[in-house]
Amino acid sequence: MSNDVYIVGIDMIRFGRFDDAKPETLAAQAALMALDDCGKTIHDIQAIYAGTCNGTMMGQRMLHYIGQTGVPVVNVTNACATGATAFREAYIAIKAGIYDTCLAVGSEKMGKGMLVPKNSGGTPIPTEGLTGSGVMPAVFAQMGMEHTRKFGTTFEQFARVSEKNHKHSTLNPKAMYQKETPLEMVMEAEMIAYPLTKLMCSVNVDGSAAAVLMSEKKAREAGLMNRAVRVRGSGLASDPFTERNLVMQDINTVTRLAAKQAYEMAGIGPEDVDLVELHDCFATAEIPHYENLGLCAEGEGGSLLDSGATRLGGKVPVNVSGGLLSKGHPLGATGIANIYEISQHLRQEAGSRQVEGAKVGLTHVVGLGSASAVHLFEKA
Amino acid sequence: MNDGPNDARPVAPYTAIDKTGAPYLIGSRCSACSATHLGYFENCPKCGVRGEVSEVRLGDHGVLYNFTIVHRSLPGVKVPFISATVDLDGGGTVRGNLLEVEPDPAKIPFGMPVNVQFRSASIAVENGDGYIAHFFVPADRGARAR
Ligand SMILES: [Zn+2]
Repeated sequence: MSNDVYIVGIDMIRFGRFDDAKPETLAAQAALMALDDCGKTIHDIQAIYAGTCNGTMMGQRMLHYIGQTGVPVVNVTNACATGATAFREAYIAIKAGIYDTCLAVGSEKMGKGMLVPKNSGGTPIPTEGLTGSGVMPAVFAQMGMEHTRKFGTTFEQFARVSEKNHKHSTLNPKAMYQKETPLEMVMEAEMIAYPLTKLMCSVNVDGSAAAVLMSEKKAREAGLMNRAVRVRGSGLASDPFTERNLVMQDINTVTRLAAKQAYEMAGIGPEDVDLVELHDCFATAEIPHYENLGLCAEGEGGSLLDSGATRLGGKVPVNVSGGLLSKGHPLGATGIANIYEISQHLRQEAGSRQVEGAKVGLTHVVGLGSASAVHLFEKA
Repeated sequence: MNDGPNDARPVAPYTAIDKTGAPYLIGSRCSACSATHLGYFENCPKCGVRGEVSEVRLGDHGVLYNFTIVHRSLPGVKVPFISATVDLDGGGTVRGNLLEVEPDPAKIPFGMPVNVQFRSASIAVENGDGYIAHFFVPADRGARAR
């Protein structure tokens, strides 16, 4: 028997705004749903890895709502890679042979409006808008503009990402928004930071997702191999030094590092991947990420999109869930929600948006600061 | 030419004022890998060498590497504005607002030469009186020659 690690139970709540909720109550909901997905209880869990970006000790507080069993709880924060990092820690603990059943959970209760970097420079007045812009839309607008500079990618192509992902969302009952947005509508929406209009930005919402992971031995004993999803590769990277990244965040190189690790661990390549859930926090990110994840050659991301290959029914559908652009983006929950989507396809349980014959799926998240996680999955 | 009031305080921590009262951008240069970074570093973020980084005065001319036009921002920030990333001659990259160019992507060529100028922060933000910040202006129209 191998020492592979499997997802046996996984679920997410439909993201939205839950004014009375706390991160731990949302986490509790998702945890119970993931346990129900594999017919287990909190008493079967030997360790918990809990991710949230706001606050600490979320995992322990979650247990107040579902059973304080006294197991080790590790709270994780890693920006938008938080959920995937919690998942990876659970994977590592089982892979190391320390536990055979772990729970990974990600949850976020978001504030309203734009995410603003804290005035950590100790400046006498805030520098936002005075020394350029460091808010998320501006950072990701520049990620797109760098692609434009190098390869001539157009505003229309970036807008087409939103059109595609929003169209996909109409097939996903768990997407917060399930509305089609024609290309013209995307391009004519309020401009936030060129080339990003309002319909090209994901929304800060509340949400949670959770996964139960098991060793192969335990999953076989429990009779859970039927719907189990095997973790083939797990990569996590921080941003290496690149020429301008201290001033203009480099979201590409960190993603490439994580992807390389995951592919090498899995012993497969991008050509083996049947579907991808990648971090489309802003529409500009998706096209560069096609290249970062090896789905096409350098500079060919725009034409890959134009070819239809990344649409449902195409060669390698990307963000069939609707992506962050449609599902909403509760930071700490996003990484596990992506894994949920891939798991549904590999289990052939994705309903009307099922990617036919999906055998191998890839998830990607990237958080500024920076952290990127890439995972590869295969049906057991 | 810097038209900020003489007693105005620089906002960015990587700004200093020389003996003649002229503000400038501070950088760090690594003698091991020769990288130049904006701001003060004791050790080199590129190569990790310790204690071989010295403070340098960064140039006041460069080229536009990247930009976005910000239309929606925080209360008190004047929009639209061009957030620009500029590679300085002699090394170092810095972000700032690009002035005196129409906020139209068709009129902002990548690679355009720019000068660094210090001006009152009130150009960009409502509470900027009494402070100065660096801005970029097109080099061909800037008040200062190379
Ligand atoms: Zn160095």
